Amino acid sequence: MTVNELSSGCGFKAVALPDGEKEVSGGYAGDLLSWVMGRAKEGCAWITIMSNINIIAVASLADVACIILAEGVGVDESVKKTAEEKGVNILSTELPAYETAALISKEI
Amino acid sequence: MNDSLTFHFDVDGTDFTSAGQASASVKRNLRQLGLSPEIIRRVSIAMYEGEINMVIHAGGGVADVNVYEDKIEIVLADHGPGIKDVALAMQEGYSTASDKVRSLGFGAGMGLPNMKRYTDEMQIDTEVGKGTKITMYVNLDR
Repeated sequence: MTVNELSSGCGFKAVALPDGEKEVSGGYAGDLLSWVMGRAKEGCAWITIMSNINIIAVASLADVACIILAEGVGVDESVKKTAEEKGVNILSTELPAYETAALISKEI
Repeated sequence: MNDSLTFHFDVDGTDFTSAGQASASVKRNLRQLGLSPEIIRRVSIAMYEGEINMVIHAGGGVADVNVYEDKIEIVLADHGPGIKDVALAMQEGYSTASDKVRSLGFGAGMGLPNMKRYTDEMQIDTEVGKGTKITMYVNLDR
């Protein structure tokens, strides 16, 4: 399943979608960045409420398929711009992390 | 081990938001060399953790990456405060990071453990008041 398909299937909002055809192979939820880098698998959809610029570096280096911002968390314009430049997909949803995870687990 | 491809970076210790530039650059360069995605991922993450540590604790430093025939060497050196208790610092969850750093999602006490996790060999040379030098190796299966 691609990020585009996951996004439309779950009704997520696209914040930045420079590489929507990237394959999603699973999910991971967490807000501590080093923890995410240590545990998240390549190609996963990463659910977080962390929204500062460092999430782009973490997502890019850990090769996650997309970031899903839960709880309606927004990002600054600079974060959005950097995500587009670095090829990092960001989706958002009003749902809490738990419900987001449950939703994508049905979808993938 | 004589012929190596080398990359050198100065890590800016003042700008937390730009941390990761050296590791992103290494990642791009390693991709061009055609190395496996898993190797590149391990090197990039280990190096990023080191970069973040240098920004958080040491006011920056220098990073050198050498690509040899059989391994990649990453050397991170700073003139920060040094690590008082290396064994304690290596424990997952132990961190001396400030609240501000924690509010950005770092300071989980996973930096050094992740660096060890993602590399095949890691050596820490540190002296309190002088600085820290971390040397990591990732073996190449080719």
